[in-house]
Amino acid sequence: MKKHVKTVIKGNLSNTVKTGGCGTCQSSCQSACKTSCTVGNQACQK
Amino acid sequence: MTQLNFADIHYFSVLNQNILLDVNSGSVHLIDECTMSALDALKMAEGDFERAAKLLNTEENEALVQLKELVKEGLLFTPDETGGFYQPPATTVKSLCLNISHDCNLACGYCFAAEGSFGGQRLNMPLETAKKAIDYLLANTKRTFCEVDFFGGEPLLNISVVQATVEYARAKAADVGKTIKFTLTTNAVGLTPKIEKWLDEAAVSVILSHDGRQKIHDTMRYFPNGRGSYDVVSANIGRYVVNHPDGDFYIRGTYTNKNLDFVADVEHWLQKGWRRLSMEPVVEKEAAYRIKEEDLPKIKDSYNKLARLYDAKRKEGQPFEFFHFNIDLQHGPCLLKRLTGCGAGHEYLVVTPEGDLYPCHQFVGREAWRLGNLATGIERPHLVEELKTAHVYNKPVCKKCWARFYCSGGCQANAQLFNNNLLEPYEIGCKISRLRLEYAIWVAVVPLA
Repeated sequence: MKKHVKTVIKGNLSNTVKTGGCGTCQSSCQSACKTSCTVGNQACQK
Repeated sequence: MTQLNFADIHYFSVLNQNILLDVNSGSVHLIDECTMSALDALKMAEGDFERAAKLLNTEENEALVQLKELVKEGLLFTPDETGGFYQPPATTVKSLCLNISHDCNLACGYCFAAEGSFGGQRLNMPLETAKKAIDYLLANTKRTFCEVDFFGGEPLLNISVVQATVEYARAKAADVGKTIKFTLTTNAVGLTPKIEKWLDEAAVSVILSHDGRQKIHDTMRYFPNGRGSYDVVSANIGRYVVNHPDGDFYIRGTYTNKNLDFVADVEHWLQKGWRRLSMEPVVEKEAAYRIKEEDLPKIKDSYNKLARLYDAKRKEGQPFEFFHFNIDLQHGPCLLKRLTGCGAGHEYLVVTPEGDLYPCHQFVGREAWRLGNLATGIERPHLVEELKTAHVYNKPVCKKCWARFYCSGGCQANAQLFNNNLLEPYEIGCKISRLRLEYAIWVAVVPLA
């Protein structure tokens, strides 16, 4: 535990380039988002 | 130590919380004021820790040391494993948006579909065309899970074709070992109990359009005779929500510069007991209700209030969903998905009643972007290629933007509409995305503080 910094998410995004790409997740504009593309708020279905 | 790139981190303060995002790993840190100062100094010293240290007091230097530790631990200034190079995979269609009706029973003031017609004729899609669209999807996809959205115009004006298409698609998909998920986007004017029952039985997810407060809703969403649709639509949506306490649906609204205080519209929905919500900015280049640069402070204020409301309701045990706050920082989409973006024109296509193919629902009617037809297939493969390669690594502005893996470069149709250049995103859209994302990240991390 650091005094000045609290890490709340240890991410691995960059590495998912090796493991991802299955294409199971929903297309980003195909539901409640029809005018402002947002991909980061989708869930991985893997 | 290699050169630190400040486009690979983002630190910001919202609602008395300092947050530090490591863009390439997706790691998130909560930081104190000393660390904010240390980051400012590091930036001023162009990433040179020794030079930065000379600008800081003792406690801030402690924070600087901790930042250096995060770098060593792979949690800060993490390099991008792709090296900024991405070759999109071979095209495979995954989702279709069927504009099942280019007609509408409303005449909404802000409709990008020009009252459903998209600037063309008012037409319903014939069943044969819808079947060909399903055949096209199944013949051109390598995915096991596909999606079809019924859109318009108003899809309930052609409900018999919607119903027959779902039946046909389910059978055809099963024959080839695939699953299709269906959604339907409706203005809810014609949402009868009978149709509701069918939607349930057919497991069709529903997007219900509503703009919130009556005055706001009726200003834009009215019948062709000018009468507001609030009363009719609210009654139908209200019944649907009551009947579907755990339903797979969203209430979706559009805000314009007439309701920059759209948090009040979200509150209006909550007062009705509607809790699965989405509210998005209007897409408009010229009309008086368009979003302008000077509107951004008020928009920020609304997201600020919305984030506080979201957190308060969560603490009260009365949580609600707000689509653009649904950010899963630990198990979000993989990097390849974020590079693919919305997939318009290669993963995602729209079919018009005439069988024409466009990259997405917003491109419909822009003749230069008609990709082909169900009968002929893709006639303009160069446009597909252009859309596929319009990803964040090829967009100069995005390469330097911390939000690049969250918005995935923004809406392609908006870039084309506002700048006539897929590689140049719609700037106001970017600014809204960034501030909305800051609040979404806050919403996600504040319970972990």
